[in-house]
Amino acid sequence: MNNFFLATYLAVKEVIRNRGRFLLVALVIALITLLVLFIAALGEGLANGNRQYVANLDAQLIVFLQKSDYSITASRLETNAVRAVRRVDGVADAGPIYTSNTEIVSLAKPLKVSMLGVEAGRPGMPTLLDGRAFRGGEAREAVMDRNVALRSDIKIGDTIKVRSTQGTEDKFFELVVVGLVEGQSYFFQPTIFVPPATWEKIRPQSEADLNSDTPFPNIIAVKLVDPTQADAMAVHLVNDVPNIQVATLETTINNIPGYSAQQGTVQTQGVFTLLIGILVIGGFFQIQILQKVPQIGVLKAIGSSNSVVGLSAVIQIIVVTALGVGIGGGMTYLFSLGFPPTIPLAFNGTRSLIAIALLLLIGPLGGMVSIIYAVRIEPLKALRLG
Amino acid sequence: MNTVALEVRDLVKSFSLDGATINAVDGVSFQVKSGEFVALVGPSGSGKTTMLSILAALLTPTTGQVLIDGQDLAQMNEKERVKLRREKIGFTFQSNNLIPYLTASENVEFMLRLNNRMNHAGRVRSDELLARLGLADRLHNLPAQMSGGQQQRVAIARALIHNPAVVLADEPTASLDTERAYQVVETFAHLIHENDRAGIMVTHDLRMCQFVDRVLQMQDGKLVRVYESKKEIKELAQGVLKH
Repeated sequence: MNNFFLATYLAVKEVIRNRGRFLLVALVIALITLLVLFIAALGEGLANGNRQYVANLDAQLIVFLQKSDYSITASRLETNAVRAVRRVDGVADAGPIYTSNTEIVSLAKPLKVSMLGVEAGRPGMPTLLDGRAFRGGEAREAVMDRNVALRSDIKIGDTIKVRSTQGTEDKFFELVVVGLVEGQSYFFQPTIFVPPATWEKIRPQSEADLNSDTPFPNIIAVKLVDPTQADAMAVHLVNDVPNIQVATLETTINNIPGYSAQQGTVQTQGVFTLLIGILVIGGFFQIQILQKVPQIGVLKAIGSSNSVVGLSAVIQIIVVTALGVGIGGGMTYLFSLGFPPTIPLAFNGTRSLIAIALLLLIGPLGGMVSIIYAVRIEPLKALRLG
Repeated sequence: MNTVALEVRDLVKSFSLDGATINAVDGVSFQVKSGEFVALVGPSGSGKTTMLSILAALLTPTTGQVLIDGQDLAQMNEKERVKLRREKIGFTFQSNNLIPYLTASENVEFMLRLNNRMNHAGRVRSDELLARLGLADRLHNLPAQMSGGQQQRVAIARALIHNPAVVLADEPTASLDTERAYQVVETFAHLIHENDRAGIMVTHDLRMCQFVDRVLQMQDGKLVRVYESKKEIKELAQGVLKH
C-alpha cells in the first residue's frame, strides 16, 4: 500500500510541477478524443439514419420474398402472405410494411422523406409519442417523426402536402398529421407513416403500376409469442409459408444497402485514429522517460522499488490520459452544439461509450513500452557509476 | 566511534574486457566504524567508484564480503538489497542528485516516505536539518531554483534524514567551486560525527581530506595505503605528501 501512495505522490507532484508540459500532452489526447468521438458519433448517427426504424420495430423476425437476399427494396410479397404468416403457430402478430419515398412540398424548403405504409396497431407501426394513430382505409392521415415536425414547425392537426411522380405527372396529395413518433429514420431520411391503402394511392408509381390498386408489402414484421424462439420460428415460417425467406432484425439491418460497407469504413477510421493516438502518446511518454533516466536512477539508488517507479509512470499516464479525454469530451460537446441537425451525429450511443473506454486505454497502452523501460533502468548505468 | 558499521573483507570485482579479466577491485579489506568519516582516494581507474557501487548495493562483488550493519550483501536478493539501500544507506551523487519536481524539503522527506516514517516529527526534523545546512529560506524551492552547492546540501540532508548506518558520497564536490566545496564537505563531516554515522566519501580532490578521519588510497583496484594520523592526513590535504 505504501508503494501505491509513494507512486501516486511522485506522479501527482511531477504532473503538478510540470503542468505546462503535461497539459500540452493532455491537449493532444483531447484532440484525438475529439476526433474519435466525432467519428464514433458519426458512425452512430449514420447507423441510426439507416437502421433506426428497423432496429426499433416491435418484432423479432422479418419476412422477405424468397431470393430477395434480405433486401427490403428487392422484396415484394404477395398480399395474402400477411394472412398466411399470421396463421402460423407461435406468431403473435404480423404487420405488412410498404416502403417508398416522397417529398413534403408544403414546407418553406421541400423535404425528402421515407414514406412507409403500415397498419395501425400492428408490428411495423412505431410507438406514438403524441397524438393518435391514423384511421384505416384510404384515410389521408399521417404520423411523422417528431424531430422533423419540430424543425419544420408542423403540429398535430396541420396539413402537409406531398408530391409524388405517378406515370409522367407530378401529383400532390394532402395529409393531416395526426400523431408524432421519435427516431424513425430509414434510408437516411425522416419518415412519415400512412395507412397501406393511402400509401398505394400516393406513392410514386410507374405507368404500369397505375392500373393496380393492390398494394404489395415489401416485408412483413413478425412478432412472436416467445421471442427467445426466433431461430426455430424462422425455420417454421419458411416451411409453412411459400415463397418467403426470414431474417432476424440484425440480419435485416446488415443487409440494408450500403450499411455494412459504411459502418466498416467508419469503424476503420476510428480504429486508425486510436492507433495513431497510441503511437503519439507512446512516443511522448517514451521521450519523457528517456529524459528522466538519471532521475529514475537516483530514485532506485536511494531505495525506491521497481513497483514504485513503474506504478508512478502508470498513474501519471492515467492521470494525463483521463485529463485529456475529459477535456476532449467537453470540447466535443461544445462543438456538437454548433453542428447543423443535417449532420447525423449521435453522441448517446454505446459507440461513444466504447470510444471513451478505448481512449482511456490508449494512454496506458501507448505508455507500456516506456513503463517497461522505466522499470528496467539500472541505477548504476543511469548514474554513470558503472 | 564504537561499532563497526561497514566491513569489507577480501573484496574482488572482476570484469571481462575483450576476453581478458580485469580486477577493478582486487582483494580490498577495511572497516568503517560509526561516527567515522573516511575518504576513498585514488587516480582515475583505481577502482574507487566500483568500490562505492558495491558498498551501495548497486553492484555485486565477484568474491569477498561486504557487511553493512552486520548484514552480508552477498546473501541478499535484489528485493533485500533495495530494502537495505532504503533503510541502511544514505547516498549523495556527483550530479543529478535531487528529484527535480520535489522541493528541497520534499526531497529530504522523501526518504522518510520511502521508509514509511513520514510524520510531523519527521517533517520538523527535515526542516531543522535543512536549516542547519543553511537552507532555512530554501525549503520550498525546487532544485532548479537553487545553486549547485545548495543542491548538494539538500542531498546531504536527504542522505542523513533516515539515520542510515552508512552514508556514501560520490565526488560530492565535483561540480562546486573551492569555497562551496569546503563548506559542503565540512558540513558533511560535522553531521557524520554528530549523528554517529559511518561516512565514506569518494573524491579526487585531496584538499577535501582535511575534514576526514581516515584516508584509504586505492590504485589498480588495490588498497595501497591508509592515512590514519591527523598529521599525515593534513599533509596529504595540503599536498605535502605525494599522492
